Amino acid sequence: MIRYIRRAAAFCLVLLVALLVNAARVQVFEADALDNNPANRRLAIARYHQPRGAIVVGKESVTGSRDSGQQLRYERTYKNGPLYAPVTGYASQTYGTTFVENAEDGVLSGTSSLLSVFPLWNDVTRGRHSGGRAVTTIKASMQRAAYDGLGGKKGAVAAIEPATGKILALVSSPSYEPGVLSGTGRAVAGAWARLTSDPNQPMLNRAIRGTYPPGSAFKIVTAAAALDAGAVTDVDAATDTPDPYVLPNTSTTLPNEASGCGNASLAYAVNVSCNTVMAQLGVKVGLRGMLDAVRKFGFNDTKLRIPSGVAKSNFDTRMSPDQLALSSIGQFDTTATPLQMAMVSAAVANGGDLKYPYLVDRTTTSRGSTVSTTVPRTYQRAMNPATAMRLQQMMVDVVRTGTGTSAAIPGATVGGKTGTAQNGIGNIGSPYAWFISWAQADGAVRPAVAVAVVVEDASAKRGDISGGGDAAPIAKAVMEAALADKP
Amino acid sequence: MTAPSAADASPPELGLPKRRGVELSLLIGAVLVVVLGYVNVGLARTGTIPHDATRYGAGLGLLALLSHLVVRFRAPYADPLLLPIAMLLNGLGLVLIYRLDLATPGSRAAPAQLVWSTLGVGLFLVVVLVLRDHRVLQRYAYLSMAAALVLMLVPILFPPINGAKIWIRAAGYSFQPAELAKILLALFFAAYLAANRNALAYTGRRIWRLQLPTGRVLGPIVAIWLLSVGVLVLERDLGTSLLFFGLFVVMLYVATGRTGWIAVGLLLASAGAAAVALFEPHVHARVTDWLNPYATIEAGLGPSQLAQSLFAFAAGGTLGAGLGLGHSVLIGFAAKSDFILATAGEELGLSGLTAIFLLYALLVARGYRAGLCLQSPFGRLLAIGLASILALQVFVIAGGVTGLIPLTGMAMPFMAQGGSSVVTNWIIVALLIRISDSARRPLPAVEPGVIARPEPVEGTAR
Repeated sequence: MIRYIRRAAAFCLVLLVALLVNAARVQVFEADALDNNPANRRLAIARYHQPRGAIVVGKESVTGSRDSGQQLRYERTYKNGPLYAPVTGYASQTYGTTFVENAEDGVLSGTSSLLSVFPLWNDVTRGRHSGGRAVTTIKASMQRAAYDGLGGKKGAVAAIEPATGKILALVSSPSYEPGVLSGTGRAVAGAWARLTSDPNQPMLNRAIRGTYPPGSAFKIVTAAAALDAGAVTDVDAATDTPDPYVLPNTSTTLPNEASGCGNASLAYAVNVSCNTVMAQLGVKVGLRGMLDAVRKFGFNDTKLRIPSGVAKSNFDTRMSPDQLALSSIGQFDTTATPLQMAMVSAAVANGGDLKYPYLVDRTTTSRGSTVSTTVPRTYQRAMNPATAMRLQQMMVDVVRTGTGTSAAIPGATVGGKTGTAQNGIGNIGSPYAWFISWAQADGAVRPAVAVAVVVEDASAKRGDISGGGDAAPIAKAVMEAALADKP
Repeated sequence: MTAPSAADASPPELGLPKRRGVELSLLIGAVLVVVLGYVNVGLARTGTIPHDATRYGAGLGLLALLSHLVVRFRAPYADPLLLPIAMLLNGLGLVLIYRLDLATPGSRAAPAQLVWSTLGVGLFLVVVLVLRDHRVLQRYAYLSMAAALVLMLVPILFPPINGAKIWIRAAGYSFQPAELAKILLALFFAAYLAANRNALAYTGRRIWRLQLPTGRVLGPIVAIWLLSVGVLVLERDLGTSLLFFGLFVVMLYVATGRTGWIAVGLLLASAGAAAVALFEPHVHARVTDWLNPYATIEAGLGPSQLAQSLFAFAAGGTLGAGLGLGHSVLIGFAAKSDFILATAGEELGLSGLTAIFLLYALLVARGYRAGLCLQSPFGRLLAIGLASILALQVFVIAGGVTGLIPLTGMAMPFMAQGGSSVVTNWIIVALLIRISDSARRPLPAVEPGVIARPEPVEGTAR
């Protein structure tokens, strides 16, 4: 009997070993796959178990967190949600995250390994870091000025510090309250349905994701190409351009809104915005030269990130000469984001050295020690310094005597360029009024700000005057805020 | 044992130490671990030490002390590991249930479980006090068999709860009589096999290589077994059915040593299991769920209970999330009873789970050890049977919730929510204490002049 008892005991031992081996299988070897199973709620529970880190503008947080008491405990809240929505994006328990909420999610949610001093020790203790902070480059006064300037009209504003690439304002209008998407449930789903089906597209971040034909504002790029390529050597010399100009290989004539454009110099053409001169210069530079020039400003770049992805600004790579002529005055298939046009203005203001634009200045832990810092770096040299100086002078003249006089600011040097782009097939859509500009306080070493404003407005009149009329005052308000903000 | 004087030179190997001091210190350790766990849960969940921690600790300590004293005076040679392990497992279960109560404020289970545990310890004391010698039980073999049958039949008269007719409900309390029936069945099997094992092993017909006993001897036992299993299948309690069958096979093997029977038994069992799995929808669902726990996820219906249980174990990893910091409530229904181990797995990790398994293994091993030390076949078989009940029950439910075998609804001994289970397990421990006391008690001193001790006369039918 004793032998049989021993065998029965051995059988029990086999059962024990089977249990232990199986437990090790589930808890160690298959643990990762099970932990990351989409049906496993633990990831979401852990993610929302602590308040999400703050997104900071200036010294103040523009976000908050609310204890919902639900299983997914903390929900995102926003102070001035519509104002900062193009910067922060939303952080929803149902629909994911966008923009800075998305780009800095690891730091904000506390999962980033950068937050821990001893990563291994953290794995053992399973300690979770409280959410870190993302400090943006936005200046609150400029953001406010741009938002109020647009006043709910469809449009966008992007402002950059030319010397560094810091994005100082990023506004899209009409905007929305991202906080309504934070939680879960029927109310959130309803808000999502309402926002996504709204014909005004409030969730479209027009400043970096909206692409518009830049119209005459693009003439700065064409002028830079012509000067760099040597198509124009003296900005004050006559350019031998007929008025009206017949597009190459066609019988279509290109008119001017302005007068006195026949044989006008480049300086005059920029000043009053002559279509004919710039179209002919584009053709003279040629497709290859134009493509090279626009690429240096950031056109056709699909990988531009601030750190959220920026929509590609387009300049067609295969065109007939007549299409090239139209493209060179910012029509045909040429499109640009407001940020792209701010970069054009910034490149001119910074002597041709275009800095890479960025929105997140640094990330810190919840206690404020720095996790990472964005260092300003050159995006590309957009043009020769000499070309930049000439363009600066031309843009200054636009504000002093040309189409952009409404942007003039006493006590500061302001350069600008207006633009109006036709919209829709047969130009039935409302035109886009553009204004790109930069400002440098008298006595300052370098320009404080470069701005691009686009306003889509049915009341705008065709012609360059509307760019100066609708968009320039907004740009002026933003520049004034930037100049006042300087210490 | 006091050291014998040189005059009456008793053989020293008979003098097993009583080890009551060891038991007491282990008991203190068990109570401390449980109270620490209770405080830990409070700190993790609310950041404060539970206000009743001292009261709770004192109550538990009192129960432990009382049971220790009763064992010290009434079963002084009992195995010193049994009581501390039972106390530790029961206390740990209470902590886990209390922890789950905090996550489900609507339904609190810990207070009732505390009452049942106290009742269980009370019954433990009664059994150790009243039952002076386990051999007395041999007289009640047929009575216990009849009682077991009645206990198993009664729930058929009551409405089913969650698809299984295994509960009796009265005055708001529910009780699973099958839990108690398993002790009675083990008792009957032990008595009957002890009396008839020679007849079973050596008489009867030989067919090919199998020695089949005569129907007269085997008939009653197979009939009882068939009846009990049939009743359980009717009541749809597959886990208990599996347990009874395993118990029967193990005890039969230990009594007769006939491996051929085991083979036949296993063959019958697998045929029966296959048939039940095919034709009984309740069981069929359990088997398909076991084969692919994630089928409901793939079908877009969300995770099944078994998948949630596996998620919980996986979340625990090696070291666990920490007491009170897991999310095993996601399992939902039965998280405190059948799936209590998932909470242990998630919050204590593989290390904690291994410790718990080893505690059970130690409990079973001490039961087997007591069986080995005894002389009488009845005592041996009873000890093996009771220990095997624990071993099989732990395997069936732990294997079920970790996806090793199809899930069958059963209570994890001592830990799971469920009054009848806790009470029954305390009775099992009481019986093992009594048996191990007899096993380790030194034999009466041999009187000079007597050459051999007469063979102790065993039980009833021969």
